[in-house]
Amino acid sequence: MSTPTLPRESIVAEHQPPSLDAVVFQDVELAFGSRVVLDGISFRLTHGETKAIFGVAGSGKSTILKLALGLLKPDAGRITVLGEDITEMSEDQLFELRRRVGIVFQESALFDSLTVRENVAFRLLEEGNVSEEEIENRVREALSFVELEHTVDLFPSELSGGMRRRVAIARTIITHPEVLLYDSPTGGLDPVTSNTIIELVVKQRDVYQTSSLLVTHRLQDAFTMGTHYFDRAENKMKPLPPDARGAVPMGFLILHDGHIIFNGDLHELATTKDEYIREYIS
Amino acid sequence: MELVSPSDYAKEKVQSVQEYARLAARSLVNLFKRPLYVADMLQQADLIGFGSLPIVLAACFFTGAALALNSASTLDRFGAETVIGQLVSVGIVRELGPVLGGLVVAGRNASGMASELGSMVVTEQIDAMRALGTDPMKKLVTPRVAATIVMLFFLTILGDLLGLIGGAFVATVLLGLDAHQYWSSTWQTLVYSDVFTGLAKPVVFGFIVATIGCYYGLSTKGGTQGVGRATTEAVVASMILIIAVDVFITRLLMVTLGT
Repeated sequence: MSTPTLPRESIVAEHQPPSLDAVVFQDVELAFGSRVVLDGISFRLTHGETKAIFGVAGSGKSTILKLALGLLKPDAGRITVLGEDITEMSEDQLFELRRRVGIVFQESALFDSLTVRENVAFRLLEEGNVSEEEIENRVREALSFVELEHTVDLFPSELSGGMRRRVAIARTIITHPEVLLYDSPTGGLDPVTSNTIIELVVKQRDVYQTSSLLVTHRLQDAFTMGTHYFDRAENKMKPLPPDARGAVPMGFLILHDGHIIFNGDLHELATTKDEYIREYIS
Repeated sequence: MELVSPSDYAKEKVQSVQEYARLAARSLVNLFKRPLYVADMLQQADLIGFGSLPIVLAACFFTGAALALNSASTLDRFGAETVIGQLVSVGIVRELGPVLGGLVVAGRNASGMASELGSMVVTEQIDAMRALGTDPMKKLVTPRVAATIVMLFFLTILGDLLGLIGGAFVATVLLGLDAHQYWSSTWQTLVYSDVFTGLAKPVVFGFIVATIGCYYGLSTKGGTQGVGRATTEAVVASMILIIAVDVFITRLLMVTLGT
């Protein structure tokens, strides 16, 4: 089996300045009251890369995603997203930037009073300058990506947990964002459904080459992403051949006590000598 | 339970007032900014206005009737039962109609807003809305504030009418007074300042109910228990504010209108 070639979509390419990182954190600090959550966090997410963020509960993983989207402001440090410093941006300026960044929340955060169609089309409906036909086509396209076209008229309460996550992914990708943030997309799901979600994340990474930060507790999900690629011809995720492992743009970041204790690729993670990390990944 | 130092407690309260003031101001400023969510305003007007109509009308009708009964026993001692209409009209139009309407809408809608928005906060729907590029202040708060102000104004007008009808029912059916006499004394007693006072209050009360409900909803912390707490606090705070602000508005309008 030859090393897979990863297709690149023109939708993404036209937006991406090749010389800039997608997300950069520089010495970011944040405390809630007297509890320090993040203390001097620095890392870079390059264009097209997916970085999995690990850490014990309460280590600040989800907080990093909220900071990257400007939903929270850091106490100190600087955050750059798609070349723009968001640290001092006003909420109105952030609304503009958020058109280019998508997030999938831990519990999906679908609007429970809206149907799946209205949820997925939410951003397009809000923009107000898209025709109904165009909206319908793009909703179908996004739902077809997550294989949930048949749920278009259902309400979120009528969906299973896994289906809700997939609808949340469809809602996020409908505008083809340049950066995707996943907050525990497989948390609380059975292994089969988790695998479906991971396959979608891998598809987004390899087909659209979207830069992503993925928070997860499940090491096996991140390892799957590091050892698999999405085969467009067969429309499914397949394992990389042993000699090509690490060929996919996949990074790993581990948080502990508000600090980053590991930032590297799959090979570095597998061969680390750090006792805490070895215990964590064993 | 964690003990909080007095200075931290004071800081927290000052910050709450500051955040509430900011929310209240932005809710009004957003009325002049695009996008203006007209469909959401109409939906809220339906929920708040038509939803509250039966209870506001019932509350005002029975209060008008009770006011007539209580007035009758006092006026009877002076042989002045015929002026019941005057007492009922001034009492209902100037004071009881707006305040009762405000309290009923506060009980029904401040709680509804706080629980709905609170649930959206704890399920991250508010964050999702912000993440999708929509300002929750424009989409959720401003339509509720505008709808509550407008609908409470009209609810008060209808409530006043039902209050007067309640008084008429007691005066004519129970006390045997002449209906024409009741209505003509009611009509002749009311002057411009009475009507103005009675219709200025629901505008302020509507603003209080909606902003307090939205503020407590959007400030919800601590899961479903927090939603319950926010709902209760929203009702209590909006009712207390309505009663307290009523005194100030009454005095202010008396001085302004020279009554």
